[in-house]
Amino acid sequence: MKSKAQIFAYVTNRAAAAVSVVGTTLSLLRAMLREIFDESAYARFLTRNRLASSPDAYGVFVREQAAAKSRRPRCC
Amino acid sequence: MPKFLRSVLWIAVTLLGVLAVVTIAVHRGEPINAMWLVMAALCTYALGYRFYSKFIAARVLTLDSLRATPAERLEDGRDFVPTNKWVVFGHHFAAIAGPGPLVGPVLAAQFGYLPGTLWVLAGAVFAGCVQDFVILLFSVRRDGQSLTKMAKQEIGRVGGFVAYVAVISIIVILLGVAALIVVNALKSSPWGTFTIAMTIPIAFLMGLYLRRLRPGKVLEASVLGFILVMLAIFGGQWASLNPTAARIFTLSAPTLAVLIIIYGFAASALPVWLLLAPRDYLSTFVKLGTIALLALGIIALRPTLHMPALTRFVDGTGPVFAGKIFPFAFITIACGAISGFHALISSGTTPKLICRETETRMIGYGAMMAESMVAIMATIAACVLQPGIYFGINSPAGIVGQAPEVAAATITSWGFPVTAADMHSIAQAVGEQTLYNRTGGAPAFAVGMANIFAHTLGGQTVMAIWYHFAIMFEALFILTILDAGTRVGRFMVQDALGHIWKPLGRTSWYPSILGTSALIVGSWGYFLWQGVKDPLGGINSLWPLFGISNQLLATVALCVATTIIVKMGKQAYAFVTLVPLAWLVSVTFTASYHKVFDPNPRIGFLAHAQQLAVGAATSDNSKLIFNDRLDAVVTGVLIVMVSLILLESALEWIRIMTGRKTADIKEAPFVMTRLTAEEQG
Repeated sequence: MKSKAQIFAYVTNRAAAAVSVVGTTLSLLRAMLREIFDESAYARFLTRNRLASSPDAYGVFVREQAAAKSRRPRCC
Repeated sequence: MPKFLRSVLWIAVTLLGVLAVVTIAVHRGEPINAMWLVMAALCTYALGYRFYSKFIAARVLTLDSLRATPAERLEDGRDFVPTNKWVVFGHHFAAIAGPGPLVGPVLAAQFGYLPGTLWVLAGAVFAGCVQDFVILLFSVRRDGQSLTKMAKQEIGRVGGFVAYVAVISIIVILLGVAALIVVNALKSSPWGTFTIAMTIPIAFLMGLYLRRLRPGKVLEASVLGFILVMLAIFGGQWASLNPTAARIFTLSAPTLAVLIIIYGFAASALPVWLLLAPRDYLSTFVKLGTIALLALGIIALRPTLHMPALTRFVDGTGPVFAGKIFPFAFITIACGAISGFHALISSGTTPKLICRETETRMIGYGAMMAESMVAIMATIAACVLQPGIYFGINSPAGIVGQAPEVAAATITSWGFPVTAADMHSIAQAVGEQTLYNRTGGAPAFAVGMANIFAHTLGGQTVMAIWYHFAIMFEALFILTILDAGTRVGRFMVQDALGHIWKPLGRTSWYPSILGTSALIVGSWGYFLWQGVKDPLGGINSLWPLFGISNQLLATVALCVATTIIVKMGKQAYAFVTLVPLAWLVSVTFTASYHKVFDPNPRIGFLAHAQQLAVGAATSDNSKLIFNDRLDAVVTGVLIVMVSLILLESALEWIRIMTGRKTADIKEAPFVMTRLTAEEQG
């Protein structure tokens, strides 16, 4: 027979595990969307060029990105 | 999980899958629930992924998690970036999901729900997923090389040339057909045209928001754009009811075709990134959201399929497109089962993001399964419609007649009862003047989708909003492909012309930009115009041509894959790509033969030209005759291409297997990974 404390600890652990799974899933989903929508690519661009985000920096990024993207076929 | 329990679980999945497939295959008479299709699909994918893809990964490709991938070895923070496998999965799926798996199954539903469903499931598990998986892995092992480069290196110069021509052909034909689908969806529809027209200023606003207010916050801008697009859909209702606005936005098919051709040229030749990039993001946002919404709608509603398992049109007399199940169902379904175009994505951005080889299974094989599931959802959306309504929307006036009563009587005489009042009532429900002669698949899919959404959320009163949401989603999606595809085609032509005269290859030299843009737009614009003027609706001729060119590209990809497997000394396992290759060759050759030489004028281009030639000699007729002959020549050229690459590949296999040539694999040398298991995700 498990004590109340043991049951409480078990439930707390399971709840924490569930919260952790949900948290990981959400952060993965966010990372996926940031990659699809080029936000991660922009962050990498800023890091690579040691720039802060600004309209000018984004302009350069967009031009660089457009040149690369234009050659990628889009699926049917 | 203990081994015993795992075995019990997989036996249960197998039994459930068999039950679902048998139910959809043998059930006749009473309509069945769409969940049987969903269950059959989920069980088939689970089994295919767990057993077949694992077999390919372990025995054929021998994936090595210790081998460093190009993302690790060549990391540059720009093209080569080690990325979490789930993130790459999402990115890859977003790149391969196009209108093909939505439109193809809707058109193939004229045979009933059964042929399309079975081919989508079997084709994906044994052909499409395998192609995407092996090409992705082979590209990873070659520093992320493209399909055309791999074809040139592993097969030979002819292979490389054929791959190049196949890519150009498929781009041109795809763009022509895609534009025709948009024209057919928007013609005489002030609501739809207004909504799509509004996406241009909305994209500009998004561009300004991204550039000036919140640099780089694309997700925010996309949400903002989405809200504005939803407002534009409501605005479209106003436009359709306001006499002045309705007059402005009610456009005929030829007018829309001209506008789209001008748009395509401008998008290719002018520096309009402020418009195109934000619209691309918006389109992706809407695409992913709508696919998720449709999946939820189907699960929530669990609709009944009204289309029978098999219709009388399996005999080849279908009104949507002519031709028997074999080969035309397989050509028509295209991307939902196997798409050559995916091989370009699998050998494009994706291989440069993967952290370890073992992830190629989940990303290559898995993402194609997800795409195939989209095709199953499209089949469901088409088959929930009453068959009479489905044929009323998808049948061209040249087959069923112009007058509503005549069309309804013709469709009823086929055994699919529908009245002019039924068609009028459904057109009114979705806010259109008429739904007759809306060929191309998009409007039928939109009505089916609106039906599912409206029954799940909002009821009949919001049916028109959902219909125009679906039309907006498809048109936005297709227009994005049009501008991106035109630019890709332009760059490819410029690259080729640069070998002849250097300035022509310079992407910043305006005469070359204008000339090559005009060439690409003129090519797909020609197919579009031909489709708009075709009394049989255009889709009858053009969609099979697109299917053939797409499968041709898949043939190239499978030839490359088989050649590499043979060179790896794994001849015993070459069947994994050789069997789908043989199937594709039989399908493309048979379909091409019928499209060129079939004596039925609705199928054979030459027979149709002959029929027109014996009729009245008008200028319209002579143009149609020319179009038919041109289509026959294009089909013939595609088949010669397939034959050439097959021959060159087969000779290479024979040379290697008989020991006359040493197998020389052009893989990057093995380098041990330095990424820890945690870093690899």
